[in-house]
Amino acid sequence: MLQPNNSVSTVVAWKWIVASLVVLCAALLFGTMIGPAGPTWWRVPLELLDRLPLISIDSGVTDSQWLIVSQIRMPRVALAALVGAMLSVSGAAYQGVFRNPLVDPYLLGVAAGAGLGATVVFTVNRAGTTSWVIDPLPLAAFVGGLTAVILTYLVGAAFGNDRASTTLVLAGVAVTSLATAFQTFILQRNSDVVRQVYSWILGRLSTATWGDVRLVLPYVIASSIVLIMHRRLLDILRVGDDEASALGVYVDRVRLVVVITATLGTASVVAVSGLIGFVGIIVPHAVRLIAGTSYRIVLPVSLLLGGAFLVIADVPGRVLSDPAETPIGVVTALLGAPFFLLILRMRKARV
Amino acid sequence: MTSLAFDHLSVRYGNETAVYDYSDTVRPGEWVCFIGPNGAGKSSLLRSIVGVTKHKGTIYVDGSPLSARSPRRRAQLIAYVPQSPMLPPDMTVSEYVLLGRNPYVSHFSVETDHDREMAENVLARLDLESFASRRLGTLSGGERQRIVIARAIAQEAPILLLDEPTSALDIGHQQQALELVDRIRTEHGLTVISAMHDLTLAGLYSDRLVLLYEGHCVASGGAREVLRPETLGEFYGVTVRVHHEPDGTVVVVPYRNVN
Repeated sequence: MLQPNNSVSTVVAWKWIVASLVVLCAALLFGTMIGPAGPTWWRVPLELLDRLPLISIDSGVTDSQWLIVSQIRMPRVALAALVGAMLSVSGAAYQGVFRNPLVDPYLLGVAAGAGLGATVVFTVNRAGTTSWVIDPLPLAAFVGGLTAVILTYLVGAAFGNDRASTTLVLAGVAVTSLATAFQTFILQRNSDVVRQVYSWILGRLSTATWGDVRLVLPYVIASSIVLIMHRRLLDILRVGDDEASALGVYVDRVRLVVVITATLGTASVVAVSGLIGFVGIIVPHAVRLIAGTSYRIVLPVSLLLGGAFLVIADVPGRVLSDPAETPIGVVTALLGAPFFLLILRMRKARV
Repeated sequence: MTSLAFDHLSVRYGNETAVYDYSDTVRPGEWVCFIGPNGAGKSSLLRSIVGVTKHKGTIYVDGSPLSARSPRRRAQLIAYVPQSPMLPPDMTVSEYVLLGRNPYVSHFSVETDHDREMAENVLARLDLESFASRRLGTLSGGERQRIVIARAIAQEAPILLLDEPTSALDIGHQQQALELVDRIRTEHGLTVISAMHDLTLAGLYSDRLVLLYEGHCVASGGAREVLRPETLGEFYGVTVRVHHEPDGTVVVVPYRNVN
C-alpha cells in the first residue's frame, strides 16, 4: 500500500487550496480595515457584519466613513487581489509551458508590449473610446502583450537550442527594450498624453474604482479557469515535449492555449493597474517551496496567495503616504529583485 | 499481441537522410533490436514510431496506419522509453509513474482511482513500492531506469519501444533492466522494439537483430547471422572475435590489432 501523501492526491491539493483561501480572506479583511482616512480599524469588521442580513450591530461607523471604506478601500483591495492573482497564476503557467523557472509576464515582455498597446490607445483617442461598449484599452494591451510574447519566444527559439535556457529571458529583455523604445518614440511625438500614460504605467491601484474591478473581473475569471484546467497537462510537460507527446499530449496546442490565455489575463490586468513587476515570479516560487511543485497545487494556490500577496504589498503604499504614495510596483520590485537572484542561485546549486 | 510494419519509411533532417526507405514487419510478440554505429538511424526510427520525428512512408499497427490515430490513441498502443528521459527532480516516483496513465485520462479531467491503482500495481510488480514517495532527483541511475520502465508499463500499451535502455547502467543493472523487460514482455505478450549498443546483450535478449548503417538496413536476422566478424568489421570499423557458446549465446569480444 502507498502512504496517503505519496501522490498528489486531490486531498493534499484541497488542503492547500482551503488554507490559501483562508489567507486570502484574511488579507482582504486586513486591507479593508487599514487606511489613512476613514473609521478606526476595528470598527470595520463590525460594520461588515452589521451589513449581513439578519445581523444588527452598532459599529459606530458613520455614513461618510462607510463611503470611504466601500468606494475607496474596497475597490482598491479587490483590484489588488485580482491583479495579484492573475499575475501569479500567469507566471506559474508561463514557467510551466516554457519549463523555465525564471520567466514571468514581465521578463517575457508581455507587460511592456501591453504598455505599448495601451499607449497607442491613449495617443489615438482615449476620450473618444470611453463610451464604447467594449473598452479597447484591455484589447490593445492584449494585442501588444501577445505580440511581445510571441516575439520573445521566436527570438529565444532561434538563438537558443532549448526553451529551458536563459536565452528566453535575454530575448525577453531585448523585446522589452524594443517595446519601451517604441513607446518612448510615440510619447515624444504626443507630449499631450505623457501624463496620462505615465500615471497609468506607475500603477493605478491608488485610483481604483469598482468600474476597474468590473472591467478586469471577466478576464481574470475566464483566464484563471482555463489555466487551472491545464494543471495536469502542465505536469506532463515537465518531462519534456517529446515524452509528453509520446504520452498522448498535443504539446503545441497546449502551449499555444496556455500562452494566449495567460497573456490575455496579464494584459487585461496590466491595462487597469499599470506595470507591477515580479509578482509572477515571487508567488509561484514561494508556493513551490512550501506546498510542492505539482501544477495541480501550484496553479490554484498561486492564484489565491497571489491575490493575498498584492493586497498586503499594497498596504505600506497606502499607509506611508507622506509626502507621496509609494507605487505598488516599487514595493514588489524591492521584494522581487532579491528573490529573483535567490532563484538563480538555487538553480546554479542544482546544476 | 500486436504487430507493427514499416512501409518505405524515410526520415530526413534537412539534407541529411537518417533513415532510407526502410520496410519491415515486426511480428506480434517479437523483440526486434536495432543495432548499428552512432548516427545509423536507430533513434530516428524509434522516434518516428512515437510520432515525434517527421517521416515519409507509413507505419502500420495491426494493419492500420498509425498516422490516422490521434496522439492519445497512439499512446495507448505504443509506450516509449527514451534514451535520456527528462526526470523533474522534485517530482515523486508515484507522480511520475501516474503520467503513464495520461492516454486514458480525458484532457481536462484527472486520473481516476483505477488509474492510481494501476500505477500502484506496476510499482508493486517491479518491487518499487518503497520508492513511491521518493523524489526523482534522489534516485541512482539503475533506479531511474526502472522507474522510467514502470511509467511505460503503466501505459498498458501492447508495443514497447526502448531507446538505449542500458547505456547508462553498469553490467549488473543492464542485466536487471533487460530481464525486467523480458519478464514483462512474456507476462503481457508485448511486442518490443529496442535500439542497443551492446551487441552481445542485443543478441541475447532479442529475437531478431536489424543492423542499420547510414540509414540503410544492411543485415537482418538472428544473432548468429548478423553478429559476424566481417559484417561488424565492415560497418562498425571494429576488430572483433565472435564466440558461439554451447547454449547458443553469441558473444562479441573486441581485440586489439597489435602489429
